[in-house]
Amino acid sequence: MDYFLSEEQKMIVETARQITNEYIIPHRAALDEQDKFPRTILNAMAQADLFGIPVPEEFGGFGGGCLDIVLALEQLGRGCIGVGTAFAASSLGIYPILQAGSQEMRERYLPDAAAGKKFAAFGLTEANAGSDASGIQTTAVLDGDEWVVNGTKQWITNGGEAQIYTIVAMTDRSKGPRGASMLVVEEGDPGFSCGPKEKKMGIRASSTTELIFKDCRIPNDRLIGRKGTGFITIMKTLDSSRPGIAALGLGLAQAALDEAACYAKQRVQFGKPIFAFQAVQHMLADMAIQLEAARALVYGAARHIDAHPQNMSKVSSMCKVFATDMAMKVATDAVQVMGGYGYMREYPVEKMMRDAKILQIYEGTNQIQRNVVGQELNKEYARVSVNG
Amino acid sequence: MNIIVCIKQVLDAKDVHLDPVTNNLVREGVPSIMNPYDQYAVEEAVRLKELLGGEVTVLSMGPPQAEEVLRQAISCGADHAVLVSDRAFAGADTWATSYTLAKAVQVIGAFDLILCGKQAIDGDTAQVGPSLALRLGVPYVTCVQKVRQATDSGLILERMMDDGYDVLAVDYPALLTVVKDINKPRVPSLKGKMRAKKIEIRKLTAADIGADPVCIGLPGSPTQVEKVFSPPVRSQRTVFAGSLDEQIDQLVDSLKSYL
Repeated sequence: MDYFLSEEQKMIVETARQITNEYIIPHRAALDEQDKFPRTILNAMAQADLFGIPVPEEFGGFGGGCLDIVLALEQLGRGCIGVGTAFAASSLGIYPILQAGSQEMRERYLPDAAAGKKFAAFGLTEANAGSDASGIQTTAVLDGDEWVVNGTKQWITNGGEAQIYTIVAMTDRSKGPRGASMLVVEEGDPGFSCGPKEKKMGIRASSTTELIFKDCRIPNDRLIGRKGTGFITIMKTLDSSRPGIAALGLGLAQAALDEAACYAKQRVQFGKPIFAFQAVQHMLADMAIQLEAARALVYGAARHIDAHPQNMSKVSSMCKVFATDMAMKVATDAVQVMGGYGYMREYPVEKMMRDAKILQIYEGTNQIQRNVVGQELNKEYARVSVNG
Repeated sequence: MNIIVCIKQVLDAKDVHLDPVTNNLVREGVPSIMNPYDQYAVEEAVRLKELLGGEVTVLSMGPPQAEEVLRQAISCGADHAVLVSDRAFAGADTWATSYTLAKAVQVIGAFDLILCGKQAIDGDTAQVGPSLALRLGVPYVTCVQKVRQATDSGLILERMMDDGYDVLAVDYPALLTVVKDINKPRVPSLKGKMRAKKIEIRKLTAADIGADPVCIGLPGSPTQVEKVFSPPVRSQRTVFAGSLDEQIDQLVDSLKSYL
């Protein structure tokens, strides 16, 4: 389908596609097998200016919007969502600075992030605070001119690989959610370390570690925005970034459909390609229909977010749920179409199916997303009657 | 450090085929690309610029649509683009081409280094680079596979040979032709693509470069193409059939007959 992309958007697609075809697809199986962080690939992305997409031009970026980043991530997702996740998590890590940081803070961090010289990570989740962000136990206490941070973050993407970490800590526990603040921690800050890499089912090219703060002292000016505004920043950050996760789902599903359809054309049983059997053809048709519907929703949501940044929670959650549930189903069906071959590691759909699962879990589970949509509906229908 | 890179637009070899009746190249519907070896030359020039400073100018002789490959080179990091284009250049062989390029280089101005691809994948002569160096009176090194050291005063290079490589030192100004082992060309950046879209390409005609009409195009070309044809198949081919073991037995028997 023609989505009427601008010249610039077509350039983004073309650039990300070339990176995916030349750098990601030939290496994805080895990265997965070896749990290897894709440093070389990320450097190539930096060279091609992909890290600059969400950063304003005044800081050396491309000044792109939600749809621009969605288009890039869709292409990367077609290659490997582990690599795509490493890239997306770096954008996620700088969003709080982009959205709430002071001019001075933006000048300090954004140019290096836009150039891909420094990677970023976003630290929210803890052992007792996942979907329920109010359970955060990491604290930051002002001591003279410095914040003293204590606590442990869990499952942080790009942990150990990033140089810039934007984290959430309680600066005033008595105020509940209004007592949370966001801070920047840098690699090498005293008292800050990363745990060992977690062993995951999928997206194994991406690094996932704990962030450990033991009397970690950072300067006062590392506070992002005002004290106590941490939750607002988190919500805005995740609302902006979720369509990117949906886009990884689009890319993964496209790749799974491509693999399954090409296989079905070649695989001969009972004297004809299995593509000719209606049972298989209908599966492929359903995969294509679901994928295109998801793409239309994700692009539409991204355009809505670019036009109405104040009102994005519902569409952001909707597109994340729909596209990632779709990706899981399409990847599973791709394995089914390919039968025993699909289940083998020699074929890429096995990895796609393992990888797809995380899309329904991270950046807010799909159950939490449905809560968001439900709550927004509840508010809308308080004002609207059946007769309009 | 002023570097000039000579590039050529060629037909994509993946899609090239001859018309079985006329034996001419079928050009309709075949996409054009930058000669692959030239892409390595552009990349190496941009790397040298990043290392030593200066500017990279890409130069092409060709029809107006050769602008596309010049823009591609800009997106990969070149700074300026010059297209030498004139109907009078049509039919040029390597002799006339190197004359034309030499004249254009003199119009562009002082240079420290000229880079070319080893050869173009259409003509496959590998003559234009060395011929251009001779016309400009500068030393040249062909088939460079690695720049070992680059400083403001000169280069230390590896020249690919059939049985290894030579190590050579060369002073500026010089001309190099490069092979594909020299680097991995970068993916054009977003900013590069934006620049490539907007940049104005300098266009030079035969008159602009002060070319002597008898030295360019068909009149300036001692090489005339009499006939293009596919060579007849000479070797005898045998296709072995049967199971793998049977095929291997047949192959061994066949090889024995040569003993």
